[in-house]
Amino acid sequence: MRKLPLNTPTPARSARGVAGSASYHDSAWKHVSGQARYIDDLPRPEGLLYAAVGHSAQAHARILSMDLSAVAAYPGVVAVVTAADVPGHLDIGPVFPGDPLLAGEHVEYVGQPLFAVAATSHDTARKAARLAKVEYQPLEAVITVEQALARQRFVRPSQRQQRGDPDRALAEAPHRLRGEQRVGGQEHFYLESQACLVEPTEDGGMFVHTSSQHPSEVQKLVAEVLGLPIHEVQAEVRRMGGGFGGKETQAAPVACIAALLAHVTGRPVSYRLARADDMIQTGKRHDFYNTYDIGFDDDGRIHGADIMVAGRCGYSPDLSDAIVDRAMFHADNAYFLDNARVVGHRCKTHTVSNTAFRGFGGPQGMMVIEQAIEDIARHLGKDPLDVRLLNCYRPGRDTTHYGQVIEQHVLPTLMASLAESAEYRRRRREIADFNRTSPVLKRGLALTPVKFGISFTAKHLNQAGALVHIYTDGSIHVNHGGTEMGQGLYIKVAQVVATAFQVDLDRIKVSATRTDKVPNTSPTAASSGSDLNGMAALDACEKIRERLIAFAADHGSVPEDQVQFHDNQVRIGDRRMPWPEFIQAAYLNRVSLSSSGFYATPKIHYDATTGTGRPFLYYANGAACSEVVVDTLTGEYRALRTDILQDVGRSLNPAIDIGQIEGGFVQGMGWLTTEELVYHEDGRLLTTGPATYKIPAVSDCPPDLRVQLLADSPNHEATVFHSKAVGEPPLMLGISVWSALRDAVSSLTGYRFSPPLDPPATPETVLNAVAASQQWLARQEGA
Amino acid sequence: MIQFALNGQLQKLDQADPNLSILTWLRTKMRLTATKEGCGSGDCGACTVIMGTPDPSGDMRYEAVNSCIALIGSLHGRHLITLEAFQQTPCHPVQQAMIEQHASQCGFCTPGIVMSLIALHAHQAGQPAPRPAVLEALSGNLCRCTGYRPIVAAGQQAMVQQWQPDTPGHPARGLADPARDPILTVDSSGDACLAPPSGARFDAPASLAALIELRRRHPRAQLVAGSTDLALNITQGLARFEHLISVSRVPELRGCQVEDGALVIGAATTFTELRAPLSQYWPAFDGLLERLGSLQIRNRGTLGGNIGNASPIGDMPPALIALGATLVLNGPDGERRLPLESFFLGYKNTDLRPGEFIHSVRLPLPAADTRLFIYKVSKRLDDDISAVLGAFHLTVSDGRVSDCRLAYGGMAATPARARQAESALRGQAWTETTVAAAVAALDQDFSPLSDVRASAEYRRRVAGNLLRRALAASRPDERNQPLTVTDYA
Repeated sequence: MRKLPLNTPTPARSARGVAGSASYHDSAWKHVSGQARYIDDLPRPEGLLYAAVGHSAQAHARILSMDLSAVAAYPGVVAVVTAADVPGHLDIGPVFPGDPLLAGEHVEYVGQPLFAVAATSHDTARKAARLAKVEYQPLEAVITVEQALARQRFVRPSQRQQRGDPDRALAEAPHRLRGEQRVGGQEHFYLESQACLVEPTEDGGMFVHTSSQHPSEVQKLVAEVLGLPIHEVQAEVRRMGGGFGGKETQAAPVACIAALLAHVTGRPVSYRLARADDMIQTGKRHDFYNTYDIGFDDDGRIHGADIMVAGRCGYSPDLSDAIVDRAMFHADNAYFLDNARVVGHRCKTHTVSNTAFRGFGGPQGMMVIEQAIEDIARHLGKDPLDVRLLNCYRPGRDTTHYGQVIEQHVLPTLMASLAESAEYRRRRREIADFNRTSPVLKRGLALTPVKFGISFTAKHLNQAGALVHIYTDGSIHVNHGGTEMGQGLYIKVAQVVATAFQVDLDRIKVSATRTDKVPNTSPTAASSGSDLNGMAALDACEKIRERLIAFAADHGSVPEDQVQFHDNQVRIGDRRMPWPEFIQAAYLNRVSLSSSGFYATPKIHYDATTGTGRPFLYYANGAACSEVVVDTLTGEYRALRTDILQDVGRSLNPAIDIGQIEGGFVQGMGWLTTEELVYHEDGRLLTTGPATYKIPAVSDCPPDLRVQLLADSPNHEATVFHSKAVGEPPLMLGISVWSALRDAVSSLTGYRFSPPLDPPATPETVLNAVAASQQWLARQEGA
Repeated sequence: MIQFALNGQLQKLDQADPNLSILTWLRTKMRLTATKEGCGSGDCGACTVIMGTPDPSGDMRYEAVNSCIALIGSLHGRHLITLEAFQQTPCHPVQQAMIEQHASQCGFCTPGIVMSLIALHAHQAGQPAPRPAVLEALSGNLCRCTGYRPIVAAGQQAMVQQWQPDTPGHPARGLADPARDPILTVDSSGDACLAPPSGARFDAPASLAALIELRRRHPRAQLVAGSTDLALNITQGLARFEHLISVSRVPELRGCQVEDGALVIGAATTFTELRAPLSQYWPAFDGLLERLGSLQIRNRGTLGGNIGNASPIGDMPPALIALGATLVLNGPDGERRLPLESFFLGYKNTDLRPGEFIHSVRLPLPAADTRLFIYKVSKRLDDDISAVLGAFHLTVSDGRVSDCRLAYGGMAATPARARQAESALRGQAWTETTVAAAVAALDQDFSPLSDVRASAEYRRRVAGNLLRRALAASRPDERNQPLTVTDYA
């Protein structure tokens, strides 16, 4: 059994690049010199064909006829396939059924693939795919969450979590507020769109190069679609040009379509989605409609809450069950709700099936309580930070509405520390002064916390495997089930291995993730990449280390405790052997230098029928303080400064962690500000490219951005070197910008009125909030 | 045939389809894959390359451009530099700084970002770049992973470093020593064309006479300059042009000069080229041109293209209309002049006759007491299309508006003047009361539409508020305080 007591010292640092050092991303030079290969950069196999699909033009319809003769006749087209050509399973739903690879007689969103084309060029395939003549019989389409709620149309049953007696607490509370909000969705906008390259192998199998966070699922679904045993299909992921959750389930249909075409033609097939097709065809972050009813006392202390969260899931379940669950798990964010009920609905609509996106529903759940907290503060005339601090979980007020007890209380001191370092109080006064004298421009300030549960809520996914080989020159090859999407997982795992053997990082190579090296892997998701795969790699290293120690003790005739790994050497008693020589000796003495490793997260459990349990091994914590300036004539704004303090436990790589924090923050800010998905009422997405869908650009990053990692905060749980997950939690730091915008607008009413500001807070939404504030003032003056 | 240099090597092409973008040519024909496709619409910058252009004096100008919406024919006489030129060690200071600042994560946008920063580096010649210059260089490069802070830091770090290629034959040596750029050894002065057997044709005449003759013979052929808008028909609309005639190499259509009391801007002048001369007379253009598209777009897009595509949300026409611009057209039937505002007949519809082309724009030089305000409002500050753009040209003497021209984009099917609002201002005191009357009059001028960028109600409200902003901006006591969020850098 691994021993990772809390007081393990920081790993020794004499070898270069061990855990804790700010090593460069392993692909950094390849990135900056254009030598990092993505799917579409791979050498092209002989006879390669290119795929495209034809899309449904209707949100909900029966297909009366589909004439593909013009598609097939287009010069350069080699094959056209429909649902009828699928030899195995047609349904590729990842967890629950509901996702046909190609639509049959029934379409359920605009953009749903109807048929696929293989042609001699990307351009030819795209042009041919537009030539189909499809006759539809339109059916009634449900587009919005509200429409689905009104009709009680859900993709999965609704869930409920409850603690205490919320109805009584609400009835008896000195104050009570109700509110609602609509939280927008988000397009992943990974810079590399969905892509794969599929090559037929002997025995009718397929080799799939995929840009996927979940190669094992790609492997399994390709096998199922083709009616093959899983071992006939291999999937490989070297890297993705961004994932963010968008390549967890959404890469599989792309690979399955390419594999079907490769199966039919016997030729390799490349399928890369043009940007507009990617935006139309693949799922996004769920937009939510949330309501709250909250009771509190004169100090702002919450006595009870009744919260409803409802996500737009689209036409099929995909991962929506777990996503809405996570929204429910985070409807408290960092606050003790005491008596609380949280109900979550999975709304079925005739839109693309929404999917995982960094935060996985958590952000949408947090928004409801953050809005409520601010409404409480303005109702009572208090600073929102004081109400946040007052309600923050702390010892004695530490049980969530789903029964998990918070064990490591980081946030109260973290928030206080950030308020101090960001000079929140002084700036709050200065901003109030500025706003009194500035007629048009108003500034806002907000400090918001994030508490984010770490673990897959689907318990079986909390496992990982790894494979470590030491070669006879002392170089080390590592493979694990995690995928690299830019987050620095490969370098972190390499650092773990370097630490285990105390050798320099450049002796270690992590190779492309492959399903034939490490099988049955979980998606690289839920912020769990280094927690799971780092531990699995460490397990493999420790198995090899045990053999090496036994060999060295025997070889040097010393007790095992006199064998030490240090600075690229092995100390055996008084003797020191350089690492390569030692490995050579071990090899000659027939010591196995290879091992697999495995890890399963301990302690976690959850019972959906009672809505209680311990779904998370631990929580990641952080807080951000953002200042903005708003133009009350146009609603335009700019973020001026953001200070962040994030708890990453004992960091495996502080530079990589800071990169995740900054990037997550800006992505979260984009979600809540400029990133607006606009749907026509007929269900068509109107924002289908970066010309109309605006992710943050360079000058949206606050010019003054200060990120600190919380010092001396090792994870109390036995995670890899007591680090904490960092992938998703920082996204929700972006809430501070939304809150600061609301704060700025609220200054128009002397902070007495809490203006509506449904995210994304585009300039138009902000100007509407300004107008609402001015109307409120006029009513007050009229009264 | 067209000839150009690619990473130091001379290339001649005569079989390429003129509808090919430079990006597609690089990635599919040359299998040079360092340059990435992120969007195919010139909005993300992953495809950024450097284009070196000899100017008439024999100097080289190196600019970052979006290769996904630049057509292959536009390479004639130019040096195309891609990231493949920077794959040996020692690496370029920009690459070193990007590594040291941990400025790449997934790495997919990184090639474009490196190219944008190398282009800036070529301009800076080892001098520090102020933060706004780095931001401008990166305004057309989206990164979804980093949040940009380390990229900006890398840019600032790299600018002060010198770069000298270690080998005399370095593929991008011109960036350090422009006089030795290999394209300067090539005579590309005459008319050029691409006419592959497949049928489609690209003509790039080198004189006004040749352009007029081509227009006479092929009046329906599609004119093209920077192709920043036109190429979207190919990459997004999957259209194909049978005949393209480029105006970019006609000397009479390029550059800015003062003539008879007017600033004359050639139609094929890029936004980058016209920014300084235009801003010298009307400083408000500087702020607009900082936010028109991205730097990559401004390096390719032209004034004539922005007018000719007749979009209701083009950024330049409202400002030019407010200034009383005259449009000069030319063609086989000779020159024709008309007020710019009467050129726009309807949505994407102009008075351009078959065979004609836009020759230049004439702007009367500013008179005393006049001031131009240009306000662009969009969802995002960088590289976005206007929801509303207001341009107000006011003559205020002794506190009264003696003359004014107000023009808007995004408020109607064409860029248009607000004549009722103008009437409400003309002859009146320049005060809040007058402005309120003008704002009310805007409702008679415009009935804007709702679309993905903004609602009609927002457009209406902002159009009026921009007049209020202009009033506030013209009050001397408030000039030192920021008036807009873009005043905060």
